[in-house]
Amino acid sequence: MPPPGSHWSLEVFRAMQARNFTLVCTVPDGGLTNLLNLIEADDRIGLVTLSTEEEGIGIATGCWLGGGRAMIAMQSSGVGNCINALGLPLAYRAPCLMLVTMRGQWGEFNPWQVPMGQATRPALEAMGVRCFSVERPEEVGETFAAAADLAFNSRTSAAVLVSQRIVGAKGFGQQ
Amino acid sequence: MTTATNTIARRAFVAELLRHRGDALIATGLGSATWDCFAAGDSPEYLYSWGGMGLAVPTALGLALAQPGRRVLTITGDGEMLMGLGSLAVVGDQAPRNFAVLVLDNEKFGETGRQRGLTAGRADIAAVAKAVGFTETLTVTEQGATAALARFLFTEPGPVLAVAKVAVTEDPWALPEKDGATLAHRFRAALGLEKP
Repeated sequence: MPPPGSHWSLEVFRAMQARNFTLVCTVPDGGLTNLLNLIEADDRIGLVTLSTEEEGIGIATGCWLGGGRAMIAMQSSGVGNCINALGLPLAYRAPCLMLVTMRGQWGEFNPWQVPMGQATRPALEAMGVRCFSVERPEEVGETFAAAADLAFNSRTSAAVLVSQRIVGAKGFGQQ
Repeated sequence: MTTATNTIARRAFVAELLRHRGDALIATGLGSATWDCFAAGDSPEYLYSWGGMGLAVPTALGLALAQPGRRVLTITGDGEMLMGLGSLAVVGDQAPRNFAVLVLDNEKFGETGRQRGLTAGRADIAAVAKAVGFTETLTVTEQGATAALARFLFTEPGPVLAVAKVAVTEDPWALPEKDGATLAHRFRAALGLEKP
């Protein structure tokens, strides 16, 4: 259990450091800001900015084939961009770890976010990804650690879905 | 960018190029690029793919970032490259000096019935690579250019990209192992990451 007042991003970051992660690939999301700032400030974990999320699946797979350890951080809408790419780590029997901040879910303001937000988990599961949904901030770190260990120890695909309840709904100045 | 320039016989061209690879790691895009490399002589240091169209450059980039001491060359086709065109901008941003791309450009979707590809028109992959931060690019139209191309791909500070304008040819089937777990294991074993 994290100490009181600790942000879930710091718990995820510490879990990554403890497991010798070398790379984070991302199309950023507002909910990932703290974590991405921590990674950018760390010399031992590289940060790769993507043009589309599916590239991250390829980069993370290649990274593992070369002896590194990567994860892909994205917003839930990015999961839709990854579907065919998710076949790559499955085919190589390579680990694949995704950290997904949810939209279109808890108090969403923007209706355009809702279809993919609602389809995120079924789409991932259809591609063989084990999903771990988290609704409480104090459980994000331990869930990430468990998903990382599952993915890398058993060479499978896993995703941690961080609820919009945790990251907060974006209000566009209207709420 | 006209088919009149596409005269290179790809199998002999790739085989001659790979004679110069030294200890470079080769990652292939799906389809003919994979068949060409396997036909040139198999190696555990070749990472083949049979799918994941658009992911040849991202996969090779991940490999290059994890293995900064080794040259990494990805060999792929024009259609495969165009599907992952944005990934060239990611490579340009990361700027790995050990990274090279060779696009075997026949201006066709060769595996699916030779339908016209976008490079048959105005699309110029080398120009895109240059615009997104590759240090150098090269377009090759001569069968005999392999020695100069090998110097470019295996020794120039990366990231570099070359386009070879290859002919549409009827080559014998040359299919490598298709089980990905087997391919991954032998590749990682060659890198000393797993027991053989």
